[in-house]
Amino acid sequence: MMELIKPGINIDFVGKLKYALVLSSILIIIGIGSIIYHGGLNPGIDFAGGTIIQIKFQKDVSADQIRGALQSTKLASSIIQQFGAKEFLIRTHESFSDQQMLAANVQEPLTSAFNQDYEIRRVEVVGSKVGADFTRKAIIAVILSWIAILIYVAWRFEFRYAMGGILALIHDTLIVIGAISVMNMEFTISILAAVIFVIGFSINDTIVTLDRIKEIVKKHSKQKLSDIINSAINQTLSRTILTSLTVFFTVLALYIFGGAVIRDFAFALLIGTVVGTYSTIYIACTSVLFFEKLQPVKTKRTR
Amino acid sequence: MFTSLKLRMLTTALACLAAVVFLIPTFVSDIPAPWNKFLPKEKIHLGLDLQGGMHLVLEVDTQKALEAMMGRTAENLKETLMDNRVRFRNLKTSQDGTITLELTESAAKTDLEKLMRAEFPDLEIASSSPRDGGQLVSIKINEKRALELQKITVEHSLETIRNRVDQFGITEPEIVPQGDNRIMVQLPGIKDPERAKNLIGKTALLEFKLVDDEHSLEEAIRGNIPEGSMIAYGLREDRSSGQRGSVPYLLKSRALLTGASLETAKVQISDRFGEPTVSLKFSSQGAVDFDRITAENVRRRLAIVLDGVVHSAPVIQERISGGQAQISGNFTLEEARDLAIVLRAGALPAPVNILEERTVGPSLGSDSIRQGIIATIIGSILVILFMLIYYRLSGAVANTALILNIFLIMAVLAAFRATLTLPGIAGMLLTIGVAVDANILIFERIREELRTGKTVRLALDTGYNRAFITIIDTHITGIVASCFLLMFGTGPIKGFAVTTIIGLLVSLFTAVFVTKVLFDYFTQNFNIKKLSI
Repeated sequence: MMELIKPGINIDFVGKLKYALVLSSILIIIGIGSIIYHGGLNPGIDFAGGTIIQIKFQKDVSADQIRGALQSTKLASSIIQQFGAKEFLIRTHESFSDQQMLAANVQEPLTSAFNQDYEIRRVEVVGSKVGADFTRKAIIAVILSWIAILIYVAWRFEFRYAMGGILALIHDTLIVIGAISVMNMEFTISILAAVIFVIGFSINDTIVTLDRIKEIVKKHSKQKLSDIINSAINQTLSRTILTSLTVFFTVLALYIFGGAVIRDFAFALLIGTVVGTYSTIYIACTSVLFFEKLQPVKTKRTR
Repeated sequence: MFTSLKLRMLTTALACLAAVVFLIPTFVSDIPAPWNKFLPKEKIHLGLDLQGGMHLVLEVDTQKALEAMMGRTAENLKETLMDNRVRFRNLKTSQDGTITLELTESAAKTDLEKLMRAEFPDLEIASSSPRDGGQLVSIKINEKRALELQKITVEHSLETIRNRVDQFGITEPEIVPQGDNRIMVQLPGIKDPERAKNLIGKTALLEFKLVDDEHSLEEAIRGNIPEGSMIAYGLREDRSSGQRGSVPYLLKSRALLTGASLETAKVQISDRFGEPTVSLKFSSQGAVDFDRITAENVRRRLAIVLDGVVHSAPVIQERISGGQAQISGNFTLEEARDLAIVLRAGALPAPVNILEERTVGPSLGSDSIRQGIIATIIGSILVILFMLIYYRLSGAVANTALILNIFLIMAVLAAFRATLTLPGIAGMLLTIGVAVDANILIFERIREELRTGKTVRLALDTGYNRAFITIIDTHITGIVASCFLLMFGTGPIKGFAVTTIIGLLVSLFTAVFVTKVLFDYFTQNFNIKKLSI
C-alpha cells in the first residue's frame, strides 16, 4: 500500500498556530501592500472599460516596431505587450466602439508598416458603463458566495465552525488577489471566476476536516477540543494532501498547456489550491478553538 | 441507494448508453440514413471564444425615442390648441422631452386641462406658475406611458435587428434583450466584424425633405437659420482627385416621407457608370404620397436624407407616379447591399450605442480548442496515473468513473444545448481534479476501516457510508459557489460555471454510485480476500 502520510501521524498543528498566524499575516500584508503600492488593483477592461486587440504576426516583430507604426493614431499611448510567440496585445483604457475605429487606428497603420503579414485575432471593447456594472456584480458575487457558504456550514455544523470556514475563505481570497497584484496581472472576470472557484475548493477541504472534528466530538466528548482538532486534521491529512495534489496537477496542466488566453486564470487557481489547502489546516480548523473561547457557554458536548 | 446490484448495473448501463447517444452527433459528422432519424441532432455548442464570432451588447437610447415622440405630440398639441382657440405662445419641446408653453389668459389652464384629458391622455401637467397675467405650463408624458414606450422601443429595436441579421445571412445568431434597455447580439463565425457592426448599429432613418430655396444658405450657416428649416450635410467625393468633402444643404425640417413608407429596397447597377445604387419601391400609400409630393414640388429639389446625412438632392423634373425612387452616392457593392438590407428591415426606433464588443477570430478559437483539449488530456492522464499508482486496482475503478464523468459532462452539455467555452473546458478539467476527491475520501476511509481489521465487504460498505455525507457537503458548497458565477449572465464565464455545476452533479453519480457498483460486482462474483487499494 502506497502511503504519502503514515496512518499514525500526529503533528501538533494547533500548537503551531502562532507561526501560521504570522505567516498568513505576512502574506496578506504583502498582498495589500502591493495593492496600495500599485494604486489599487489593476482592473482589466471588463471592470475598467477599455479596448484589447490581439494581433498575430507572421514574422518576428518587436513591441517597439508596433508602437512606431501606431504612433500617429489614437492608440499611440496604449500598452503593447507580447502575448506568446509573434503575438501581441494592444490595450488602452479608452473604449472605441465607433465603426471606423479598427480600420483607421489599427489596420491602415499596421498594413503600411508590416504589409498584410498580420492577423487581428481578437478585439474586445467594454464601455465604462458595462465595466461599472461588472464591478458591482463582482463584489456582490464574492460577498454573497461567502454568506451562502457561511449559512450552509452554520446549518450543517455549528456557528463557530462556520466562522472558521469563512475566516479561511476571506484569507484565501485576500491572498489570491494579493498574488495577482504582486504579479501585476490584470484583474479580469476570469480571475474573479478563479477566486470564486478557490472559495468553493477551500471550503471543500474545510468541511471534510470539520466533519471529522464533529465525528470525534461525538465519540470522545471528554477530550480537550485542541486535541480533537489536532487528531481530526491528522486523520484527514492524507486525503487533504492527495486531493490538493490531483487538483494541482490539473491546474498545472492548464497553466502550462492551456494557452495564453487562460494563463492568468490558471495562475490564480494554482495559488488558490496551495493557499486553500494551507488555510484548511491552519486557519479554518484551528480558529474553531478561538471561537470556542468566545462562546464557552455553548459547550462542545451539545453535539 | 438501490440495494439490488442488478438494478444498479442497469442504471449505470443506461447512463452510458444515453451518453453515447447524445455524443454521436458531436463525434460522427455523417450519420448513415436509417439512424439519423432516431438519434439527436445537437452537437456540443461551442461558445464564441472557441468557434470565433462577435458578441455585442447594445444600449437602446430610449430617451431619443421619447424626445422624438414628444416632438410630434407638441406639433399635434399646437394644432389642437389653435383649433380650440386657446391662446398661447412659446410652445417648445426641451431635451428631456417636456413641452413648455405660456398661456396668455389666466382662465386658459382649465381649457388646456380639459383638452388634454380628452385628446392627450398620455400627458400630464408637471408644473405651472403664473407669469405676466397668464400661466407658464410644462407638460410631460406620464410615467406609465413612458415605461410602456421604453419597452416598445426596445422590442421594436430587437425585432428590427433580428430582421437585419436574418437578411444578412448568419447561421444561429442569438439576439436577446438584457435588462431594461439592452440587447445582446451574438453572431458566430462572422468574417467582417466592422461590416456587421455597421449593419446592426445603423439607425437607418430614411427621410425625404425639400431643399429650402427661399432662404439663403450662407445666411443660415452664419447662424440665422430660418424657422422650420435646418442645415444638413452631404458627403461628396471628387471623382478626379478622390478627396472627400462635405457639402451643406438648407432643408425644410419637416420630412415629407420616411423609410416607413417603403415596400422594399434592392441593389441595382446603374447603366451609366456601372455604379451600384439602391432602388426603392414605395408601399401603395407611400406611392400615392410620393406622387402628390412630386406633383406639388416640380422644379424644386428633394433631398434624400439617411441618418441626418444628405445622400443626394435631385431636382424634381416631373411628377413621379410609379412609386419608385433611387439612392445613389458612391457606394461600394457591399455598402449598397447592406443599405438595402437595413432599409428593407426598417429603421431602428431609437439610436443604439455599443456598450460591449468582443470579437474572436476563427484562428484564435481553434487554437484555444486545441490547447484546451491538450491541457485536458494531459491533466487527466496525470490524475489517472496518480490514482493508478497510489490506489492500484481501486484506482483503476476510480479512473473508470473519471472517464465516464468526462463523457457524461459532454453528453449533458450536448443534450441540454449548453455552450462549451474555453473557461468551460478549464472547468471540466478542474472537475476531474475535484471528482476524484470523492474517491480519495472513500478510499482513505476504506483504508482506515481495513486497518481496524474489518473484512473487505464490511470495510467497503462502512467506507462508502461514512464518506457519503462528507461528499454531499463538499459537492453542495461547490455548486453553491459556482451558482454565483451564473450571475454574470452570458459569455465564457457562464460556461465555466455551467460545466463545473454539471461536473459536480455528474461526479456524485460516477464517483460514488458507479464505483460502488463496480466494487460490489467484483466482491460478489470473485472471492476477494484482500483489496488492492
